[in-house]
Amino acid sequence: MKAMVYRGPYKVRVEEKDIPKIEHPNDAIVRVSRGAICGSDLHLYHGMMPDTRVGMTFGHEFVGTVHEVGSSVQNVAVGDRVMVPFNVYCGSCYFCARGLYSNCHNVNPNATAVGGIYGYSHTCGGYDGGQAEFVRVPFADVGPSKIPDWMDEEDAVLLTDACPTGYFGAQLGDIAEGDTVVVFGAGPVGLFAAKSSWLMGAGRVIVVDHLNYRLEKARSFAHAETFNFAEYDDIVVHLKKETDYLGADVVIDAVGAEADGNFLQHVTASKLKLQGGSPVALNWAIDSVRKGGTVSVVGAYGPIFSAVKFGDAMNKGLTLRMNQCPVKRQWPRLFEHIQNGYLKPSDLVTHRIPLEHIAEGYHMFSAKLDNIIKPLVVAGQS
Amino acid sequence: MTEPATPYIPNKRRPMRSPEDLRAQIPGWGADLDPADRPSYPREQPGIETGARWDFPERQPEKWPRERSVEHAFLPPVFGTSTPPAGLSGAIRRYAYKYSEGRAAHWLLLIGADRVDAWEHHLKSLATPHPDNPVTETGVVNEFRRGGLSSRSGQNRADVNHQWMDPIIVAGPWVMAAVGLAAAYKTLRKERTQPDTRPAAKAESQH
Repeated sequence: MKAMVYRGPYKVRVEEKDIPKIEHPNDAIVRVSRGAICGSDLHLYHGMMPDTRVGMTFGHEFVGTVHEVGSSVQNVAVGDRVMVPFNVYCGSCYFCARGLYSNCHNVNPNATAVGGIYGYSHTCGGYDGGQAEFVRVPFADVGPSKIPDWMDEEDAVLLTDACPTGYFGAQLGDIAEGDTVVVFGAGPVGLFAAKSSWLMGAGRVIVVDHLNYRLEKARSFAHAETFNFAEYDDIVVHLKKETDYLGADVVIDAVGAEADGNFLQHVTASKLKLQGGSPVALNWAIDSVRKGGTVSVVGAYGPIFSAVKFGDAMNKGLTLRMNQCPVKRQWPRLFEHIQNGYLKPSDLVTHRIPLEHIAEGYHMFSAKLDNIIKPLVVAGQS
Repeated sequence: MTEPATPYIPNKRRPMRSPEDLRAQIPGWGADLDPADRPSYPREQPGIETGARWDFPERQPEKWPRERSVEHAFLPPVFGTSTPPAGLSGAIRRYAYKYSEGRAAHWLLLIGADRVDAWEHHLKSLATPHPDNPVTETGVVNEFRRGGLSSRSGQNRADVNHQWMDPIIVAGPWVMAAVGLAAAYKTLRKERTQPDTRPAAKAESQH
């Protein structure tokens, strides 16, 4: 089969690999029809995530058709069209039994701090991902769901990470009616977080980024007010002025490890790998939320220390809430929102990249060319 | 004297838009206003239905000694089997797993192993019919096809202040390796072509 393969920082290519095999009785092998490149894949691509090995196939957002199942699989069958959450999880450990699917303890030998994630380094379990023609899906009775007949395949692939993660980010904010919500980052997760904030009753939603075309999308897709932080001497002061010097009730960090806005932070994290991530957006969140407010973090950071302004978070009495999204928990409610016309996840798809051209897709996404927001990966089309 | 700003008084000065107004303008506004409608509320839901029919999953066969965090009680039953550790990078990785996740040494060794791994594979690839190609593998051709210049110029983007480093990160080591190889070749060639001026050699040549 053809699969994307990591060759070192900033370098990927397509290689022929063996079709994955059933390795556990509850495994399935899925033939991928649509995958995606996630903003967090860029952390791997840039060599920031420890234990990212040459030869690994990335990709934690994918949908497809069940090609083969293990002997104990009951809930899906060969030929089913399935959507697969980015979390690999067992459904039975201490954490899964409480709904913390992203914190599963039975699927990641390499680290206890993080669960399993497809195609996301050995730090997240060493699973090959879905930027390939086939992928191994462990715990096929737990993770994947059949794609409902009414659902568009491109909506389904956005529901495997970006959309539920944004929706989850808004939930972590504990938004109350009328709250002012600031979202840092106008990538897919930030845009879904902004849109979801309205569902939870926000009175005002503000999106901050430095890419004007994404801020335009935040206005049209998420009905948000927008500010380009590069146009202000100090975006925190500007947000204070915008909120009558109170600060926002809730701030969502949907940027994560490669935040721009501070040259030193970015270079020490993204280029020199001396921090787990550049915490510019997180520090701005801490500074621009009101005292007693809530900071929700759904941006991904590496496991190494980062220079976070923790003293201000403590002194302001903030609630910091964060996690990788337990995707499948979000699906029933998100399905309702899609059917009611409140959400159309595939509205954010801007590019469809043949698997054979994935190196160009990674570069385009990394360098933010051609007004890219969400690139899908299409296997079997050159 | 101007009115005091919000934090200095009990309530927000800026009036909230009315719920009716918001409902009319924002599709679905307030649909999840009640926390009970939010799927991740409360965060922990003991007994949630997951589809699992086991208390502890069957174990996947361990086909090679699988590296694992020392914070695990044992090897978890299911794990990824991509890219087993090999070579010098593999040795560094196996050593890194002697340290817990709480130790900087663990992560810094793994990051170091990643760099070694990349070079091991670059060098190995030179001996294959499919050597690494920094041009195709970086996808840099899209700089010309997808508006590299127009995507950046006049856009006030904050990332252009460091993007100039990317080509150095990617091409720098290749250039340095090429320069090193060229220098080594030149030195060897010079040694071979220069007449041997050692006294013994001179004496031998006189006979």
